[in-house]
Amino acid sequence: MSLTDRLLGDRQRLAYIASQAADSRLNVELETEGMTLNIGPQHPATHGTLRIIARLDGEQVVWAEPSCGYMHRGYEKLAEVRTYPQVTSLVNRIDWLGSFANEVPFILAAEKLMGVEAPARSQHIRTILFELSRIANVSLFLGDLGVQMGAITPVFFAFRDREYVLNLIEGATGGRFHPNFDRIGGLKDDLPKGWIAETKAVMKKLRKFCDQIDDLLFGNEIFQARMRGIGVIPRDVALQYGLSGANLRASGVDWDLRRDQSLPMAWNKADWKVWTHPDGDSYARCWVRLQETRESTKIVDQLLDTIPSGPIMAKVPKIIKVPEGEAWVSTENPLGEMGYYVVSRGELGPFRVKIRSASFNNMSVAPWALRGVYVPDIVTILASLYFILGDIDR
Amino acid sequence: MMQVLALEVPYWGQSLLRVLGGIVAVLLPAGTIVYVFLFKMMSFMQSRLGPMEAGPYGSLQLVAEVGKWLQKEDIVPERADPRIFKMAPIVVLASTFLLVAVVPFGPDAWFTNFEAGVFYALAVSSLSVLGILMAGWASANKYSLLGGLRAAGQLIAYELPMVLAVIGVIIQAETMNLQQIVVAQNAGEIFGFSGLGNPYLITQLVGFVIFMIAIQAELTQAPFDMPIAESELVSGYMTEYSGFRFLMFFIGEFATAGVFALITSVLFLGGWGVPFAWFGWTDVDSVSNWMNIVGPIIMFTKMMLIVFIIMWVRFSSPRFREDQLQRFAWKVLIPVSLGNIAITSIFKVVM
Repeated sequence: MSLTDRLLGDRQRLAYIASQAADSRLNVELETEGMTLNIGPQHPATHGTLRIIARLDGEQVVWAEPSCGYMHRGYEKLAEVRTYPQVTSLVNRIDWLGSFANEVPFILAAEKLMGVEAPARSQHIRTILFELSRIANVSLFLGDLGVQMGAITPVFFAFRDREYVLNLIEGATGGRFHPNFDRIGGLKDDLPKGWIAETKAVMKKLRKFCDQIDDLLFGNEIFQARMRGIGVIPRDVALQYGLSGANLRASGVDWDLRRDQSLPMAWNKADWKVWTHPDGDSYARCWVRLQETRESTKIVDQLLDTIPSGPIMAKVPKIIKVPEGEAWVSTENPLGEMGYYVVSRGELGPFRVKIRSASFNNMSVAPWALRGVYVPDIVTILASLYFILGDIDR
Repeated sequence: MMQVLALEVPYWGQSLLRVLGGIVAVLLPAGTIVYVFLFKMMSFMQSRLGPMEAGPYGSLQLVAEVGKWLQKEDIVPERADPRIFKMAPIVVLASTFLLVAVVPFGPDAWFTNFEAGVFYALAVSSLSVLGILMAGWASANKYSLLGGLRAAGQLIAYELPMVLAVIGVIIQAETMNLQQIVVAQNAGEIFGFSGLGNPYLITQLVGFVIFMIAIQAELTQAPFDMPIAESELVSGYMTEYSGFRFLMFFIGEFATAGVFALITSVLFLGGWGVPFAWFGWTDVDSVSNWMNIVGPIIMFTKMMLIVFIIMWVRFSSPRFREDQLQRFAWKVLIPVSLGNIAITSIFKVVM
């Protein structure tokens, strides 16, 4: 068995062989040519400016390749000329739907280098805001899933219910999309009055939203016909391509950095479950995300009850200078593993920051997953891999 | 000479009336459908308000939109085939107008009344495929081409179950004249009970369901909107159109929905008529004259009901993939409709 045979699923292999056979036969008989379709950079399905070059044989994809870089903003380079507190406002904009979650690993890396640890109260609130940004991010994904398949109604429900979460984030941090709230050694502010009760009510609404999506979308026969058995990524392939987050868990790998890593955060203080799915198809990826949103609401609920009292900032100097050294911290962000490798030379700003964003690696499996599928499946597979363009082109 | 409200109408007057009536019968339903269903019902289903600014309750929104479209530049892509490109929306809209010509709205309120009405309607409705293929091919755009080809494949696949579903009705009514089909339904009886007439919705339920699915596909509404598929093909065959040519496609889409709903109501819901037993009528000549006014209103009501179902499905379901869609037509709908024809003919012969 050759490597290609082992890597391709049965269905995809057959489809590929059939397409090759059809190609050679038709080429002799009718002289049909393939067609190269440029999906993007400006296209409704690409959530921004991703370009996918697809070689088509009729409606079937012979090969497809994502081409990124149309929105490259050079954050790694920009970070080198900023001070540490300024970098948070940059990294906010990497995964723009779950901004707060981007700040946390960078701040944790800086804290690790400085040997500072945030007080227990701010660790708790950080975790809550982290999970809220995950909910805001993934709930929009769940709604958008329908749009990719022509069901336009769920997305409006998603926007409506995400608004409640954004209001909460705005209430606590002052910014809806780009909170810029995390500080080295703690948080900018404490929670406002009444926020906890409000958050509990919203979590109830979000659980209802998840049930709605479960009924409306995941229970729909057409949705299942479009998603099940499509874009199967087996366990070993997922590991080889370095997938992370829900994409990896949907391939049956029980791996969650929130649980498997000991960071100064509060995830281990709540009781929750890491969901996996054995199938590895598009449906599994979406289903795992749905379950994760439910788990997140549970985490938030439990953490709200156990916020400890105490200060919210640790003792840090007014002008932050990070001692010489290198640190790597990664967390389980809404899109997958997001990490920062920070190199410090003891100056006001970092000497070098390497950003490992989840979508870039998740996208790398696309050429493999898109081979032999039909054009409509390109859209559903890309949607289920779930990328944010800012996360690909940092 | 025809009498309308006790007025003698000369032949040229009748022709003029019918032409005006045809335009009204296409444009009025299209506008109503767009406002009531596309703007308002869809918005309420999606927990928003829809247009509220233009006119009371947003009722003039459509006028504003048409005004906007008419002002836009009529762009023809450089590498497009300009003549075909410009003709395509006209062909699509023409098929709608041709289709409405055979729909009867009352005992005398019809545009043409000829024997092979059903045959004509089904034949003319497939003219729009030609327009769509023209648009897809002439745009010189790969998305348009894919959309046009998908549309052609889909419309041809769903034409067949649609025709086969109608055959059940033709067998029961023993005529292909749409006017006669209306009369046969309203003058008919179900097992001796004539209080409801015999709307074929009841006796041809299978045919009705197949017909509804087929027109959903024929109108390229979700879950069969593969040719337009805005998330993958941008806008399918309409991608390159702008201004009033896009408007024509837009009107064509909703006007065709209205006209297909009219034909459905004629074939399955008893058309313009009320059960004749209520007023003691026996055939079309004994129907009283006021039905020429009431008939269109009844038709309009039935049309709105059917379009409501079409739009309801459209707004609440994701779309099929091309191969699933073809499989559904060829492996499910066609065998079921053939079975329906067989059972209908057996009943017709036996009873």
